[in-house]
Amino acid sequence: MNQTIRRLPHARIEADSTVEFFFDGRRYTGKKGDSLASALLANGVGVVGRSFKLHRPRGILGCGTEEPNALVQLESGEYTEPNVRATLIPLYPGLVAKGQNAWPSVRFDLLGAVGLCKRLLPASFYYKTFMWPNWRSWEWLVRRIAGLGTAPQAADAERYVKQNIHADVVVVGAGRSGLEAALEAARDPAKRVLLIDSQEEPGGRLLGSPVPEERSWLANALSEVAQRDNITLLCRTTVNGYYDNNVLAALERRSNHLGPRSGNAFRECFWRVFAGRVILATGAIERPLVFPNNDRPGIMLASAVREYTHRYGLTLAREIVFYTNNDSAWQVALELHRVGVKVDAIIDIRGAVDSALVEGARDAGINHYLGTRVINTKGRSGIRRLKIQRAPADGDPSVQSVESLPCELLAISGGWTPTLHLYSQSGGKLQYRESDACLIPDCNNQNISVVGRAAGEFRGELNLQCQWLTPDVPPENQWVDFQYDVTAADIQLAARENFVSVEHVKRYTTNGMSVDQGKTSNVNGLGILALATDREIPAVGTTRFRPPFHPTTIGAYAGIELGALYKPVHLLPAHKAHLTCGASFDDYGSWQRPVCYPKPGEAEAAAIAREAVAVREAVGLLDYSPLGKLEVVGPDARAFLDRVYINNMVSLKHGAARYGLMLNEAGIVIDDGVVVCLAEDHFLLHTTSGGAAVIHRHLDEWLQCEWTDLQVVVNNCTTQWATMMLSGPKARDVLQQLDCDIDLSRESFGHMQYREGHLLGQRCRILRASFTGEVSFEVSVPARYGQSLWKILMQRGANMGITPFGIEALMLLRTEKGYLHIGADTDGNTMPQDLGWGGAIARKAGDFIGSRSLSLPVGLDADRLQFTGLELLDPKGQTISGAHILSADERTTNGYVTSAVHSPNLNRTVALGIVAGAAQRQGEEVTVFYDGLRQRARLVSPCAYDPEGNALNG
Amino acid sequence: MEKYSAFGLLRHALSGHRRWPQVWRSAELKPNYDAVVIGGGGHGLATAYYLAKEHGITNVAVLEKGWLGGGNTGRNTAVSRSNYFYPESTRFFEHSLKRFETMGRDLNYNIMFTQGGVLSLAFSRHEMEIFRRWATAIQVQGVDCRVMGREEVSEAVPLLNMSPHARYRVYGGFMQQRGGISRHDAVAWAYARAASSLGVDIIQNCEVTGLNISDGAVRGVQTTLGTIRTSKLAMAVAGHSSVVAGMAGIKLPIVSQCLQAMVSEPIKPCFDHVVMSPQVHCYVSQSDRGELVIGGGADTHPSYGQRGNLPTTESVLNAVTEMYPAFSRLKLMRQWGGIVDITPDASPIVSKTPVNGFYISAGWGTGGYKAIPAGGETLAYTMAHDRAHPLVEPFSLARFAQGRLVDESAAAGVAH
Repeated sequence: MNQTIRRLPHARIEADSTVEFFFDGRRYTGKKGDSLASALLANGVGVVGRSFKLHRPRGILGCGTEEPNALVQLESGEYTEPNVRATLIPLYPGLVAKGQNAWPSVRFDLLGAVGLCKRLLPASFYYKTFMWPNWRSWEWLVRRIAGLGTAPQAADAERYVKQNIHADVVVVGAGRSGLEAALEAARDPAKRVLLIDSQEEPGGRLLGSPVPEERSWLANALSEVAQRDNITLLCRTTVNGYYDNNVLAALERRSNHLGPRSGNAFRECFWRVFAGRVILATGAIERPLVFPNNDRPGIMLASAVREYTHRYGLTLAREIVFYTNNDSAWQVALELHRVGVKVDAIIDIRGAVDSALVEGARDAGINHYLGTRVINTKGRSGIRRLKIQRAPADGDPSVQSVESLPCELLAISGGWTPTLHLYSQSGGKLQYRESDACLIPDCNNQNISVVGRAAGEFRGELNLQCQWLTPDVPPENQWVDFQYDVTAADIQLAARENFVSVEHVKRYTTNGMSVDQGKTSNVNGLGILALATDREIPAVGTTRFRPPFHPTTIGAYAGIELGALYKPVHLLPAHKAHLTCGASFDDYGSWQRPVCYPKPGEAEAAAIAREAVAVREAVGLLDYSPLGKLEVVGPDARAFLDRVYINNMVSLKHGAARYGLMLNEAGIVIDDGVVVCLAEDHFLLHTTSGGAAVIHRHLDEWLQCEWTDLQVVVNNCTTQWATMMLSGPKARDVLQQLDCDIDLSRESFGHMQYREGHLLGQRCRILRASFTGEVSFEVSVPARYGQSLWKILMQRGANMGITPFGIEALMLLRTEKGYLHIGADTDGNTMPQDLGWGGAIARKAGDFIGSRSLSLPVGLDADRLQFTGLELLDPKGQTISGAHILSADERTTNGYVTSAVHSPNLNRTVALGIVAGAAQRQGEEVTVFYDGLRQRARLVSPCAYDPEGNALNG
Repeated sequence: MEKYSAFGLLRHALSGHRRWPQVWRSAELKPNYDAVVIGGGGHGLATAYYLAKEHGITNVAVLEKGWLGGGNTGRNTAVSRSNYFYPESTRFFEHSLKRFETMGRDLNYNIMFTQGGVLSLAFSRHEMEIFRRWATAIQVQGVDCRVMGREEVSEAVPLLNMSPHARYRVYGGFMQQRGGISRHDAVAWAYARAASSLGVDIIQNCEVTGLNISDGAVRGVQTTLGTIRTSKLAMAVAGHSSVVAGMAGIKLPIVSQCLQAMVSEPIKPCFDHVVMSPQVHCYVSQSDRGELVIGGGADTHPSYGQRGNLPTTESVLNAVTEMYPAFSRLKLMRQWGGIVDITPDASPIVSKTPVNGFYISAGWGTGGYKAIPAGGETLAYTMAHDRAHPLVEPFSLARFAQGRLVDESAAAGVAH
């Protein structure tokens, strides 16, 4: 081969063009329309890769997705992509690729020395060794030499998008059969037909056809497709997954043919395809023949030779030899001859071949050797000679003749494997057809059909004579999986060791487990296993095909849903106002909420403490909008709530509020909050912030699945109301500054009361409850007024020292007061009796969710973890949420600190926890443990601040 | 059993590897066994091995519907760890982890247990509080565990998204250094080889079709290869536990769901630990072959289909891309699913049953692989003595009726 190769006429490349590219640091040129593989071949680059285990030199074997050898690292930096098949990269100007899994380069790879130890490294040798002195002494070495390409170190510079598409008929594959099927389906104008093809342009094998009639058929078919309004054609799109209900996943490569800096908004599009009916026209993949040293560069599938010759116009070599067991390769050889490419010989293992083919070869001056096998190949970096052996004429093995032939390119064909990965993924079963030695579709529960070569219709008989491996010669260098270095001997070894299930063989030998997922190796492996275990192929069975059909960019599965779009961010109605006030934000559940409002230069802890003090001494303002708000409406609403809460809800009066606990069926506390009676048939439930959706679902499940007789509707209106909490001794004073038609006086609007009315002319709901221990007004207005309300309250409260406070100050204040925070101070085992609610349960007349479970033996255990306060004996001591309470012998955990803060109001650490039997152990001393540090603490009442509640009722 | 060693490999190389013996015998099914284990996965094979090794019960059959290790043993992400919250769990899983650490030598089969450490990531203040509680729980129980801050995490996992544009900020995490990954097939094969050499009959392609029970006790088991008499019968059939237990008239509190796993194409080593993240839900490690091994949450509906659906695949890989932006350009090579048994408390059931002589090992949820050695050992003990092994006393079937759940997720959001 030489550098100035002339292309054959009629090739689908632009002969006059010049496209510059780089491989392994060298500059080359190709033509527009080339793939990287064809351009490398045109430049005489024979070795493009190295095998995984033994680092054997690898050349290009195929021309498409089946390629196991030509894996390259494409581009660099934030554009790099490992393990790219050279056969699938359209050549673009400036393309940079390099060989991988080799040092220093794939042409000269020092790691090829591993191959010298080949005999010591049979299948799964690693399970039998590397145990002395231990695996750890070896793993670093094994790990370092494993792997193929290199992972990018930088974030992907390109983006991906996902789209849905629906069609009545989806045809996968736009080769001849697919085009026929799509045009047929599109005759009904009401049917939407989607035709998907993985190549750069539609046509399938026809693109590599030298036959003028076939080329014109293709041109006509494509123009008809273009005229049909109801056919959508997606090219450069590979269907990779086939799921239940005819859902397909496909990946469209939008800019790979343009190179990394294409300017396209999206590099790839991930299509979710929803199909009424699916027609698979996915063609077939040629199989290599298995013979000694069949892995040398320069050995290529006959179908690939056809493609490179006619589609890309390459004359691949001076001495081209075919080796086959079926008719299809003969046709390729004759086609080559017709376009002027010299074929030296055809070697066929069959003793008799169709006379038309033999005559054709004779007329073309092609030597042919029937009943002949290749028993070895020679050559250093590429094949140079073949050793062939003729079968004995009359069965006498002693008269076998061995010859040596020169050969620069060996085109091989061991038969065809219908491409049924998607069929298998969809749940379809395969059956084995003896005559062509291939698996074809059997049965399937989905609405799917298979046409063309994928269904085993080869348009002309193959007349195949099966040969899974070459008999009478050593199996050790007869390669089956070129990428993972699996030989026929490995498969035989697996069988010998009783790995006779096809899945075991795959896992034991790694046959078919590499990047190509066995597209060229699986069926050969199956055949060799059947021979080794003396079984028929149907008895051996097949491995299950898994998605994706072709390796699929991970980022494409994510699409644009990254960063801020990864999960929706809930912003508070007054978000901008908080920004103006200098808030620092953090995620609390799905909400972004102010942690605190630090002044310039102020540390977070200092800001939190300042805010907490301001609430106790003057007044604070908190955006409390995420507080869950569920409205429960209907004639049975009250009865429903009485079953949902462990409290009595029968006696709750209009305008009154009551704190309640909610359990699940196991009796575990799942939520708490204030319930308000708005009307006899209308209630407002407050849930834990961030818990609204979960509790809504919980309630609806009971209504929809269990209590279908109750006339109740639950609506989550959390985001419809902005809620601002004014808290502190001056809270009422601030609110009274505003025009409000509700009597806010202490006498008429007490603690745990609720009023509706108008504030500044707008509807408002005001609840007096408290999570700080101070007088609090939770003022709700329609969400669109949230920002205005915040600003007005800040303005009017300025002269009273109003201070915006964040979640952390709120947590500090409620910890001082010993107010329970569900999820922090409880765990998934906490029952109401652990929170001091035993009495309330006993008094409750009706049944409620979870009541049965409370009487289980576990509920009566004396060492249940119970809610308590903790006071460190050292007044300067500090502890942290997450610390444990140790048992007396310090060997086990006796509970844990669930909340711990430094109280600026009390000037000491205040902690809450759940501790075994705490209710009966008040006043006892315990050991608190964290990070190796032990501290003594006393179990005390949770309420450290204002136990009398004077501030609350002010 | 021929001892495996580098020397042996050399010796066999000289004879062209043509004299390697079977890893396990091809046994014929006998009509009578002292004990029968249904399920030829890791748990079933380990149970048979320990029955023979520790309790001298060698007339044992392991019945496998398909091929050995073809269920969840061959479908998981091969992670072993013992960073549990409750002492009941930690004791059990720490025992199992220790067995993993010596399994290669104990069974003379290199399972390639690489202890690169298991790191769990916290993405919020609250999660960090829970992690501190969790990590302290592990430390109190004397198991290695270290809380790490944001910077330390960043150093340990250089490819982690620390950008200000990340949706969730990494607060920190905690690491169990002794955790790691091994070769899951190898574990099944190692136990099969060891059990077989002690006399256990391993029968593949033998599906159980019914149980013979009379007077409240096991008498035998019906299979597609014929009926077998036995008085001790165990099931370790993750994914189909409810089905087989149903044959004994036992209704298990188990929901079966598909859990997916997937691998990227092989790449050179770039990821040293197993990194788990409950919030941005995915876990990632890198195998010895170089593939990134990826898992996430189970499919959201009950199923026996060992495939998994597309939305779950998307959501797991979405999390991977968000957490590791450099992995965006890598390609997914293979995705599959296994059926996991989820109990109400997500803890396992290793237990006697109301039927005498019938024992179950089930409910391993998403974490049965790491439990294989201890699961087998304790089930064998329970069978041999007709009394729960102390390690599995808390994991009895009776606990559900008593409400004595061992709910890891309740305490710390820990996934089994």
